[in-house]
Amino acid sequence: MICLGIDTSNSPLSIALAKDQTVLIEEISNLKINHSLTAMPAIEEMMKKANVMPADLTHIAVAQGPGSYTGVRIGLTIAKTLAWSLKIPLHMVSSLKVLAANGQYFDGIICPVMDARRGTAFTGAYRGGTLEEVIADRHSDFKDFLKILKSLNEPVLFTGEDAAVHEKAIREIMGDTAFFSAPQNRLPRASHLIMLAQQTEAKDVHFAVPEYQRITEAEANYLKSQDGQSI
Amino acid sequence: MNKDRYVLGIETSCDETAASIVKNGTEIVANVVASQIESHKRFGGVVPEIASRHHVEQITIVIEEALKQAEMVPEQLHAVAVTEGPGLVGALLVGVNAAKAFAFAHQLPLIGVHHIAGHIYANRLEQEMQFPLLALVISGGHTELIYMKEHGSFEVIGETRDDAAGEAYDKVARTLNLPYPGGPHIDRLAHTSSNPVPFPRVWLEEDTYDFSFSGLKSAVLNYMHNATQRGEEVLPEDVAAGFQNSVVEVVTGKTLRAAEEYKVQQVIAAGGVAANKGLRNSLEKEFKKLGIPFYIPSLPLCTDNAAMIAAAGSVMFEKGIRSNMAMNGRPGMEMSSWI
Ligand SMILES: [Zn+2]
Repeated sequence: MICLGIDTSNSPLSIALAKDQTVLIEEISNLKINHSLTAMPAIEEMMKKANVMPADLTHIAVAQGPGSYTGVRIGLTIAKTLAWSLKIPLHMVSSLKVLAANGQYFDGIICPVMDARRGTAFTGAYRGGTLEEVIADRHSDFKDFLKILKSLNEPVLFTGEDAAVHEKAIREIMGDTAFFSAPQNRLPRASHLIMLAQQTEAKDVHFAVPEYQRITEAEANYLKSQDGQSI
Repeated sequence: MNKDRYVLGIETSCDETAASIVKNGTEIVANVVASQIESHKRFGGVVPEIASRHHVEQITIVIEEALKQAEMVPEQLHAVAVTEGPGLVGALLVGVNAAKAFAFAHQLPLIGVHHIAGHIYANRLEQEMQFPLLALVISGGHTELIYMKEHGSFEVIGETRDDAAGEAYDKVARTLNLPYPGGPHIDRLAHTSSNPVPFPRVWLEEDTYDFSFSGLKSAVLNYMHNATQRGEEVLPEDVAAGFQNSVVEVVTGKTLRAAEEYKVQQVIAAGGVAANKGLRNSLEKEFKKLGIPFYIPSLPLCTDNAAMIAAAGSVMFEKGIRSNMAMNGRPGMEMSSWI
């Protein structure tokens, strides 16, 4: 098994290659450069370093979202096109779960955070150790979500670059049950993605679409206007 | 040895997800277009984020379908050509990244194509080009007159200073309560009018080949507004015909004058609005009088498609032009020559 992992769901870029249970190479950058420009050159370069040809790949793993709409789409487009072209299985993992894996051994609950503006976030809750889902991924008002977390009465580790954006609210609501991952453990790692992907079923490539966790603004406005008419 | 060249084209610059395979730059082997018009209709126009979401859903399906239609495997292809720009940024990115991944997987040369060059080269799939040549590219996003000395040489001699012709059509259609996309409805209505409203012709300065459609659009809106204020009945066909006559007269007039001044061997039209019957008839009639050969591709090649991208990409391929994995979608890409 040689698996390529790709996570471009937010501004960091992470790619990795693993052979069976061995991580061969991993790259993480947080330079806020356009993924459309950098993702494919980075993959090409990394595979050259590892002396792996496209035809040698046996699996593709991709972070399916949520995250930046454009970012998620770039990773997914590359992943599904590669998997389909090479006729190899495509595995998709929640981008939030990939982040949660940064705190895998935390004794309690892990809460990955991606800011989604106006006090909202893409977030979820995972069990430390097993990384089982405790609260499903969602787009939510973040303070409302913190209240649900608080009610679980367990220590919670907050991870992801954007946990810092909401630090004040987190401390306010969670008090001393809140923990924060160290800066070096806040970026997504494609090696985690590859290992998590091994626990998932392969996805039918043609039906592989991002998990946006939110409808578009145009659709939301349209639905609102339809409601208005029916009253 | 077989000298035939096969190029895969991919186009996702707006609301069509398309893939095509073209042989030797002139012959369509497969042409697949997944249109999103139905999804955007309820919003009265293309919603960029929704367009991008559809492209991701469709992209591998349309490429697979193209290969199936062609009864080919990727190993038989010589290059991958993709629309690099201009267009909607999020939409372009899907095609560009799919093309890069496909080219990388099969170690094929990658070529980034300008969307308008694609529209022009759509003609070559039906009729060989004769130089020097004048191209009128007229669509929802573009209104341009381009002079070509030879293959790959583009000189934009006129362009719109505000709205594209197709945009003006859509806006006027909306004020007449016609469904989106409005162009074909205006064209159809215009033919039923016996008393077109005399809207102004916007020629701009005497020596320019540039266009402007926002003044005409405002004139139509004012006319509608004043008629409503006075309680007068407005016949939509008269407004449609008046508007269309003004567009057709100016576009035909400028294209004719440019063809004469540049002494071209051939005039070609391209883009969705080039399929408009009123415009088509007027151009055909006038160029016949003038004795300059005029061509317009059949409807499926006028609107956005990937065969045109593969056709332009084929010529670029022969000229040795290549892109690399760092190619990005370029929403505001300028047109530049290949030589
Ligand atoms: Zn077009």
